[in-house]
Amino acid sequence: MGADALSKTPLHALHVALGARMAPFAGYDMPINYPAGVLAEHLHTRKEAGLFDVSHMGQAVIEGPDHATLAAFLERLCPADILNLAQGRQRYTQFLNERAGIIDDLMIARPPGADGALRLVVNAARKAVDFALLAERLPKAMRLTPLADAALIALQGPRAADTLVRLAPREGLETMPFMSAKPARVAGVETFVSRSGYTGEDGYEASLPAGQAETFVQAILSQPGVAPVGLGARDSLRLEAGLCLYGHDIDETTDPVEAGLSWSIQKRRRIEGGFPGAERIAYALANGPARLRVGIRPDGRAPAREGAEIVVPAGGKIGAVTSGGFGPSVGAPIAMGYVERSYAGMGTTMNLLVRGKLLGARVVPLPFFPHHYYRG
Amino acid sequence: MADVRYTKDHEYVRIEGDEGVVGVSDYAQKQLGDVVFAEPPAVGRKLKAGEAAAVVESVKAASDVFAPVSGEVVAINSDVDSSPGIINEDPLGRGWLFRIKLENRDDLSMLMDEAAYADYLKTLD
Repeated sequence: MGADALSKTPLHALHVALGARMAPFAGYDMPINYPAGVLAEHLHTRKEAGLFDVSHMGQAVIEGPDHATLAAFLERLCPADILNLAQGRQRYTQFLNERAGIIDDLMIARPPGADGALRLVVNAARKAVDFALLAERLPKAMRLTPLADAALIALQGPRAADTLVRLAPREGLETMPFMSAKPARVAGVETFVSRSGYTGEDGYEASLPAGQAETFVQAILSQPGVAPVGLGARDSLRLEAGLCLYGHDIDETTDPVEAGLSWSIQKRRRIEGGFPGAERIAYALANGPARLRVGIRPDGRAPAREGAEIVVPAGGKIGAVTSGGFGPSVGAPIAMGYVERSYAGMGTTMNLLVRGKLLGARVVPLPFFPHHYYRG
Repeated sequence: MADVRYTKDHEYVRIEGDEGVVGVSDYAQKQLGDVVFAEPPAVGRKLKAGEAAAVVESVKAASDVFAPVSGEVVAINSDVDSSPGIINEDPLGRGWLFRIKLENRDDLSMLMDEAAYADYLKTLD
């Protein structure tokens, strides 16, 4: 694909002006890193605050006659309890196929005061699939509006809260708990803010009109301790946080139970079912899944990348690495992958096949680096 | 002035008598980004020019380092194991990867000298 065929986010010109190395990602020309480099950007986010342009992600508003009707529609596609999603709260879930395979993972937010309106944020590479799926099944009384003209900006790290509060002193952003969401005027721009992210750090994601994205981002970048961070460090941060990357750790052949995402299936849905693949999920919850996503720590310093086979002397191949690399804050190589359940216990030793050589490794708890979410 | 030759894949070999010191160019280290792991070949291994000889990995990806010339590996830089970042800081100095005993000096005629390599870099975006 030539550069001309790639889409651009509203901040493309700013990335180029900041000296970013640009590369194609999910059909967009995106910043991989800035001159500081992946390592420095990663460590900066953990220590201060990193600003991420994630405007390539799919955003949409879905509206219906009331919350219960809208929730009932979405609950036919995903296993989360949407009915009991309170106003001002956001929930993580997955669209599932009939085999409980993950079509996409997404965030659903219910704005304060909303009775029949929800906001969705889906993966860039899956937005066409997701929006088609929703549109195809949408009852007449409901409406799906993709926010094609909205930017999405994440600010992550221990200085994220102080920074945004300085730009919006009376919005109460500092006391928002993790996974809450509401409209807020920040740096003079009307945004919809959630306290969430993809780094394991405290932070926010703000949706705002594309035309004001550059003004908004410049205001944040001018604050002390804020640096732009590209997709390279976004990936190493989420890997250390043990978070799944769609198309790698999860896809249509993995279900939420084996992916370690059972926590996102609330009790009412486990009992009532009514979502695609509900029988498979119920069976896996009752009997344990055949395989499990685990954290893996290679013994030496050599990273094991996606696709590396996981083998044991007694059983041959027991799985494969789905995400792997070097964890800058861990200071060592880290990986995630699926293994047969009998090998998923903490401390289980195994080998990784890297460039024809067997490297020792062991199962370790996720996340690799502790989360620092603000729980209020 | 040291005699340094380059490949199109951005390896360099610095000629010192009948041996060559091999590493990646400054352009290559910039392209790679922060190096977090490097694996030089085993001492004693006989390499053919163009053969994958070493691996250099950044946070994001692994890259092969190809032998710029044929010959036997006579030494490796063990410092890159504990401090792979020296490949970024000083690729042509402290960040060298391995030392090779030249098998055939004619191999050098296939490589670019400093001026030719500088011209070659201009042809890359």
